[in-house]
Amino acid sequence: MSFFHSLLAFPFLQHALLAGILASIGAGVVGSLVVVRRTASVAGAIAHCVLGGLGAARYLQVVHHVSWADPMAGAVIAALIAALVISATSRGGEREDTVIAAIWAIGMAIGLLFIAATPGYSQDLMSYLFGNILLVRSIDLWIMGGLDVLVLVFVIARFPELQALCFDEEYARLRGLPTRHLSLMLHILTALTVVLLVSVVGIVLVIALLTLPVAVAGRFSLTLKKMMILGALLSMIFTSGGLALSFRPDLPAGATTILLAGFVYLIVRLIPAGILVRRDR
Amino acid sequence: MTANNIPAIEIQNLDFNYGSREPTLTDVNLRIEEGEFASIIGPNGGGKTTLLKLILGVLEPRRGSIRVLGMEPKKALPRIGVMPQHSSTDPLFPIRVIDVVLMGRLAPGRRAGPFRSKDRSEAEDVLGRVGISHLATRAFSDLSGGERQRVLLARALVSRPRLLLLDEPEAGLDRKVEQEFFDLLHELNRDTTIILISHDLGFVASFVQTVICVHNTVDVHPMSSLNGEMIQDLYGSDVHLVHHDRHVH
Repeated sequence: MSFFHSLLAFPFLQHALLAGILASIGAGVVGSLVVVRRTASVAGAIAHCVLGGLGAARYLQVVHHVSWADPMAGAVIAALIAALVISATSRGGEREDTVIAAIWAIGMAIGLLFIAATPGYSQDLMSYLFGNILLVRSIDLWIMGGLDVLVLVFVIARFPELQALCFDEEYARLRGLPTRHLSLMLHILTALTVVLLVSVVGIVLVIALLTLPVAVAGRFSLTLKKMMILGALLSMIFTSGGLALSFRPDLPAGATTILLAGFVYLIVRLIPAGILVRRDR
Repeated sequence: MTANNIPAIEIQNLDFNYGSREPTLTDVNLRIEEGEFASIIGPNGGGKTTLLKLILGVLEPRRGSIRVLGMEPKKALPRIGVMPQHSSTDPLFPIRVIDVVLMGRLAPGRRAGPFRSKDRSEAEDVLGRVGISHLATRAFSDLSGGERQRVLLARALVSRPRLLLLDEPEAGLDRKVEQEFFDLLHELNRDTTIILISHDLGFVASFVQTVICVHNTVDVHPMSSLNGEMIQDLYGSDVHLVHHDRHVH
């Protein structure tokens, strides 16, 4: 059966496709902010902390039968804690990359401990790290839609401020804008988006889906807004394309998606910029 | 200006330091009248940018008082236009000239959502005033150094400020572009008080009324009291300013 026939026949495949599209909205919008502000490593640290949340939720569910401890809830909580800790610790003059590396490793280690303490861990671990888009439930889609709405509402409300923060933080501070709060909000937006992407490509590949589509979009975009919209569209093409390409030969969808995005990114990088962007004159 | 007007800036007995370090500014007294064109000069690390941040209310003095346009610095902020050192912007950022200028309309407490049409018309208007209307939809990253400085000046002017603060706007410009830039400032000075941090008094010497030397404390020299040789000394090199002769008063 071809991908398209299967898509009509199987709800799990429809869920997977929709999950990719929902995650792409966050990836385009927040990914653009992450790329222009050069905070991809913050996103990476948050993504690896999500393993701590997923592991803790699974542990509570399986070992202690805590019914509300859904992996998705664990992921959101862990991502938000990671965002807050990174904001708080990178303030006091400590080298930011050291803080980020520490949070990255600590989150991952907590996750591994919980997974080791939970019976039947090995399969969970693989799908957390590398994603399994075919396991997305309808409740996950609702949560993903909700996260997208949160991200969009905030970015639309404060787009000028966020743009000023990323373009020229010193000026934003001199104009009396609350740069610390804006910076924290950006970390929180990153955390919510990371959770969206973990469902699709897994923890290890989150940074790729957050940066590659917008990096390609950036080469064709004169404004941040265009970069966000084009980045989201490209991300939708990559996730849907990855799903379609991986389906027949039964390859991992997350890895196929990232390879597709990475391949397009490298091709675009190799073409001289002057050919791609027609500047408005 | 008559003596009973509210001064643009009035600083009395101000001390400031960053945490436990040596005092950065000590016993600063300064009065700048509305409509003046003043230039701040002094050695690197002498406290020029610190003084600017105190005027903007970003830093709080340890001791003493600052009034800007007769108000607390933070309250006066919407009436101040500021142009920080140009190195703070990201040259790879995907943004058009008009969007950079619009940033000058941002202020704490702005209503959520996109910029209003009033903001946009002000931005288009100010691009005309600095003579770069034709660049409005160009990419900021495509501009020359001189064009970028005009965009950043337009951003400082778009809030229709009464007081304009510029931190070394001439850095990285060639002499001809610098001359044109300062001619433009001279024109703006007709209805705006201007305070210019500069490492080079050359082009502004003819229309600066007050020279403020900042070197941990502040000395004010009316431009008219300086003779040609002293001006030469002042802008010749920063080293001259560190040891600058108090007899110039």
